[in-house]
Amino acid sequence: MNKSIMIVGVGGQGTLLASRILGSALLDCGYDVKVSEVHGMSQRGGSVVTYVRWGEKVASPIIEKGEADIILAFEQLEAARWIEYLKPDGKIIVNTQQIDPMPVVMGAAEYPAGVIEALKATGADVQAIDALPLAVEAGTSKAVNVILIGAMAKSMDLDKEIWIKALKESVPPKFLELNLKAFDSGYDA
Amino acid sequence: MKKLFLGNEAVARGLYEAGCRVVSSYPGTPSTEVTEFAATYDEMFSEWAPNEKVAMEVAFGASVAGARSFCAMKHVGLNVAADPLFTASYTGVNAGMVILVADDPGMHSSQNEQDSRHYAMGAKIMMLEPSDSAECLDYAKRAFELSEKFDTPVILRVTTRVAHSRSAAETADRVDNGLKEYTKNPQKYVMVPANAKGKHVIVEQRILDQVAYCEKEAVENGLNKVEYNSKKIGVIASGICYQYAKEALGENASYLKLGCVYPLPVDLIKNFAAECEKVYVLEELDDYLETHCRKNGIEVIGKEAFTLQGEYSQSLIAKVILGEEKACLKTDVNIVPRPPVLCAGCPHRGLFYALKQLKVTVSGDIGCYTLGASQPLGMIDTVLCMGASVSALHGRNLADSANAKKSVAVIGDSTFIHSGVTGLINIAYNATDSVVIILDNSITGMTGHQQNPTTGYNIKGEPAAAVSLEKLAAAVGINTVIVVDPYNLEETKNGIQQALEAEGPAVVISRRPCALLKTVKHNPPLKVNKDKCKSCKMCMKIGCPAISMKDGKAQIDFTQCLGCNVCSQLCKFGAIE
Repeated sequence: MNKSIMIVGVGGQGTLLASRILGSALLDCGYDVKVSEVHGMSQRGGSVVTYVRWGEKVASPIIEKGEADIILAFEQLEAARWIEYLKPDGKIIVNTQQIDPMPVVMGAAEYPAGVIEALKATGADVQAIDALPLAVEAGTSKAVNVILIGAMAKSMDLDKEIWIKALKESVPPKFLELNLKAFDSGYDA
Repeated sequence: MKKLFLGNEAVARGLYEAGCRVVSSYPGTPSTEVTEFAATYDEMFSEWAPNEKVAMEVAFGASVAGARSFCAMKHVGLNVAADPLFTASYTGVNAGMVILVADDPGMHSSQNEQDSRHYAMGAKIMMLEPSDSAECLDYAKRAFELSEKFDTPVILRVTTRVAHSRSAAETADRVDNGLKEYTKNPQKYVMVPANAKGKHVIVEQRILDQVAYCEKEAVENGLNKVEYNSKKIGVIASGICYQYAKEALGENASYLKLGCVYPLPVDLIKNFAAECEKVYVLEELDDYLETHCRKNGIEVIGKEAFTLQGEYSQSLIAKVILGEEKACLKTDVNIVPRPPVLCAGCPHRGLFYALKQLKVTVSGDIGCYTLGASQPLGMIDTVLCMGASVSALHGRNLADSANAKKSVAVIGDSTFIHSGVTGLINIAYNATDSVVIILDNSITGMTGHQQNPTTGYNIKGEPAAAVSLEKLAAAVGINTVIVVDPYNLEETKNGIQQALEAEGPAVVISRRPCALLKTVKHNPPLKVNKDKCKSCKMCMKIGCPAISMKDGKAQIDFTQCLGCNVCSQLCKFGAIE
C-alpha cells in the first residue's frame, strides 16, 4: 500500500529541503519514491506545497483530497488550508508559527483564531509544535524546517540513522552540527 | 546507479549520456533546471542565451557543425523561437538536435496555458513526451538517435509535474562519438525558395516514415506501449496523464501510452480502441490526441467529460470514469488566501511605491516585478509577454501623446536584454516621449537566480563581458539616462519625475541587487519603537510581508526583515529604528 506525505508552508520557509531529505531517506529504504515540487512564482511568499509518495510502485507524484497519511505544516493557516487533503484517520504535524498573508498585512482580512482547536475538531490526529523558539535555541531561526523534519521522522517507521544520513547528504558540512541539533530537538519535541 | 532525479535533472543527465556537446537556453519555469544541471557537466558547453530564439539558433549552428546540441525553454519561449523552429524542420540536422519545451498546465508560474503539441504538428517536427524522470533520461537519449535517424530536430515536451517531480532513474556512462563531419550542402542548409521547395517534399515524406516507425518499431522498442488488463476501459494517454490514470485505474483498465505525440500512429490506436469497450483519451490542455482519433474515425470520450483548463489528477480521473470520490476533512476556519508577494527587502518595492506617488500608468513585463500589480501597491496596468512593456508603452504614447508624461514602462534587466531592447530602439527611432524604467537587480530573479548578459558572469559563475545599460541606451539614441537606488524613495521619485519632464524619450535605471543574492550583505532587522508608533499604518502601504499590526501597533518580523530601510522612510514619527 502506497503512503503519502504533504509538506505545506509559506514560500521561503524551506519546505523543499524537507521533501528532498524525506525523498532520499525513503529511497535508501528501498522504496519506489516520487516527490513533486512547485518552483517559480508561488515561491515568493505564497502558499507552497510539496508531495512525497512511496511504496512498492508509485505512479502519480501528486496527492489529492483525502489521500495524505501525514501532513507536515510549517505554518498554522497553511495547515488549515490543506487539511482536506488528509485522510480522515491521518496525522497532521503543525508548527504553531503564524505568518500573516498579504490580505491580513493590508488589514483586508483577519488572521483566523483558534486554528489548532479547529484542526483537532476535525477528528484528525494533531501534533502542534512551536518550532521557531526551538530553532533559535539550536542556533538559527532558519532551522525551523529541520526541527519539523525531526518531528516528522518521529511519526514515521524509519530507522533514525537513515534520516541522519539523508540530512548529511543535503546540508553543507559547516552547518551539519547545527542541523543535527535541530533534528534531535524536533525528534524529541 | 539509481538515484532520485528531478525530471529536469534527468533530462540533463540524458544529454550528458547521449554525448551532447552544446547547450544553449533562456531560463523559464518549469524548464530552467535542465540547463542549470547541464552546466554541472564540464563535457558539455552550456550557456544562458539572451533569449530562446538565439538559443535555438545556437543549437542549430552547433548541430550543422557536427555536435549533438540542445536548447530548452518554457512554452511561451517556444513562441519566441518559432521562427528558427519552422525552418530547422526543413533543413534538418547534421548531428542530433533536441529542443525541450516545458508546458505549464494550471499556470503555476506562467501567463497562459498554451499547448506546445500544436507546434510539433505545425512545424512538422517529431515530439516525445516522458511521464517520469526515468523516461526523461531515456527519451533525451532517444531524441538524439531519432533526430539523426530522420534528419530532423526532435522536441522533448514536459509538463510542470514531470519537470518538477523527483523519481528514480538509472544512470549510464557518457558515449561521445566526437564531432561529425560537416559537408557544405546549400540544397540542405540554405533555405531560399528553390531549395526549400525541395526540402518541403522531403519533410512530408519524413512524416510518413515517422508514422510507420510509430506504428511498429516504436512499439517494439517501448516508446509507444500497449498494456492490456481489463478491456472494459481503454485509456489513451501520454506524459503525466498516463501516471494519473495508472494511479486511479490500476489494472481495471488497459492502456495505450504514447511516448511519441507527433506524429501519431493510426492503426495502433484503431486496433487498441477496437479491443476495449469504452475508450477515454486523457490529456491536459487541448483536445489534441482526441482530434486525431476522431479524424481517423476512432470513437473516444475526451474533453466532453474532462476539461480544457488546468491540470488533470488521479482523483479527477477516478471521479469521471469510476464515479468515485474520497472522503475528506472539513473545517470552518476562514482560509485567507496567501498570494505570492515581493520578498521582504525586495528592491522593486521602493520603485513601485515611488510610481504610486507619481500616479502614472505602468506598462508591465514578465518577472518578479510583475508582483507590483498586487495590492497594496497595485501599480501595473498591463502585462502581456516578455519585452512588451517597452513596445506597448510606445503604442500607448502614439495613441495618447498628450498623456505620454504620465506613463512609464517597467522591465527587468534580463527581460530587457531578452526582447525589451528592440522596443527601446523603436522608441528612439520613432520618437515618442516614452520613459522606460529598467529594474536592474543584477540577476534573472523569478526563475531562481540565473546570470544574464548584464551581470558580468556566465552560467558557471565565471567573469564575463557585461552589457552597460547606460551605454546601450545612449547608443540607441536615448539622450536622458538616469540611475536611481530604489532603497532611497526620494531619489527614486525625483529621478523618475526628471525623466518624465525631460524632452524626448528617457531611460531610468533602478539599480539594486536582488535581496536574496548570497553576495548581498543585509543590515540588522529593524524594530518598531512602540512608544513612538502612532498606529497610522503608513509603513504598511508598501506591502512588506515582514510588517504587520499587533495590538494596534506596527511590528516587524525579525526572521524576515533585511533592514532595507524603505519602511522607515515612510514613518513620520521615527518609530522604525
